[in-house]
Amino acid sequence: MITAEQKPIQEIIGYIAPYRRILLAGCNECVTVCAAGGRKEVGLLASALHLNHLKQGKNIDIREITLERQCDPEYVEELAPYIDGVDAVVSMACGCGVQSIAARYKKTPVFPAVNTRFMGASLSQGVWSERCKGCGDCVLGITGGICPVARCSKHLFNGPCGGTSNGQCEVSPDIDCAWRLIWERLKELGLESRYEELMEAKDWRPGGAGGPGTIIREDLA
Amino acid sequence: MKTDSRLEKVLATGELAVTSECGPPRGCRPEKVKEKAALLKDHVDGVNVTDNQTAMVRMSSVTAGILIKQMGLDPIIQMVSRDRNRLAMQSEILGAYSFGIDTMLCLSGDHAKFGDHPMAQGVFDIDSIQMVKMVRQMRDDGLFQGGAKIDGPPKMFIGAAANPFADPFELRVMRLAKKVKAGVDFIQTQCIFNLDKFEEWMKGVVDRGLDEQVHILAGITPMKSVGMARYMKNKVPGMDIPDSVIKRLEGVPKEQQPEEGIKMAVEAIERLKQVKGVHGFHIMAIEWEEKVPQIVEQAGLYPRPKV
Repeated sequence: MITAEQKPIQEIIGYIAPYRRILLAGCNECVTVCAAGGRKEVGLLASALHLNHLKQGKNIDIREITLERQCDPEYVEELAPYIDGVDAVVSMACGCGVQSIAARYKKTPVFPAVNTRFMGASLSQGVWSERCKGCGDCVLGITGGICPVARCSKHLFNGPCGGTSNGQCEVSPDIDCAWRLIWERLKELGLESRYEELMEAKDWRPGGAGGPGTIIREDLA
Repeated sequence: MKTDSRLEKVLATGELAVTSECGPPRGCRPEKVKEKAALLKDHVDGVNVTDNQTAMVRMSSVTAGILIKQMGLDPIIQMVSRDRNRLAMQSEILGAYSFGIDTMLCLSGDHAKFGDHPMAQGVFDIDSIQMVKMVRQMRDDGLFQGGAKIDGPPKMFIGAAANPFADPFELRVMRLAKKVKAGVDFIQTQCIFNLDKFEEWMKGVVDRGLDEQVHILAGITPMKSVGMARYMKNKVPGMDIPDSVIKRLEGVPKEQQPEEGIKMAVEAIERLKQVKGVHGFHIMAIEWEEKVPQIVEQAGLYPRPKV
């Protein structure tokens, strides 16, 4: 899923300072799962903003709504009945959601309330870790199911750099060396010989180097 | 001969090669490059010119390499994949070779986290092994990485690094094998302090016959003080400093530690000369270039062969 973290409250307050009527929009997908921008977080942020404005002696009107998916025009349409009655939208979705709202409602400013971080997986309650860079040409089939693009700090394709220490990345002892993991996995699978196959220089076009990506499915479009 | 590289010629004679290094300055002072390089003159077969080492901005390795070349020495330009994509690398190589630079070292590079621009985006378009392959293709096939023909291909003698001390240890010989497969001509190793472990790695290298396919230059760094030894042990990634090294330096008064450090470096060279597959030494005297001639002489590696 796409992970996100709420922005510092002062940044959000700064964005909405010129406005009084705010539509605070959460998203029921990824940001709900990573507890950054679902219904619950919408409620908490609304309370925090109310409190701040009370302290400042200012008046704020916040309408709370959580869409099924902010990255889908069908659900973004659900904001239409409210949009003329607000001065600004604060989106708690990932960057995709913020932009979907901006694209649909051209006259109302929209501000992000979260920082979109990465495509990751949940490791345990409250812990998420980056797993995919969306490089557009998946190599997991030859790297034992562990991604060197997302999980090696230098996204090396042919083995660990010289900075590995006690099996951890030179960047931080909290980061596993991806190539140590790949090697251990290949060994478990009895595929050690695969390590010596040279991985060719990557074509980065499908992952964004070729310009912003678009997928068109003729059978669905 | 694949190239006009002095290092290649020396290695071809079968004599032990000697290289050292020169870190370019953090500013526009060409005289600093020249001063450092002059200290090494006549005592080495090639001078590595580091490329923004430890991710700190410095004069570019190719530019400093040109200054060194113009002094009549033989620069070995280092190139890290951290700072350049494949276009920038290839254009730098064309430029370097146009100035007669014919030897280079392909590296991944320390992560930007270690330097003074930790907020920078690392490039890492290709890795060091893919870089070796690219430079070989430029030389042997006269083709750019993208496949187009080069009008006057650069003939680089191609080096890479090896760190026998990083883990997983069992992968380290295989990683060398991969570099050999990619077309590397010579290897300069990480600084060797744990000689037993290095010899174990070399045994793996020789067992696979890799020593017949690549020249290995053993990395030697003289310790200036016990403080330096402790710092390297604790702070430098991928470094293996046995406690015995620290104990030995601790055992002599502070003012004698530099001398002891040099003695240890010379002893290491003497021992490693006996190791099958070691074809030379890469002496990295960090901010202590003036001691390189002494080490080379005391280790019986002087005079250098005329080629």
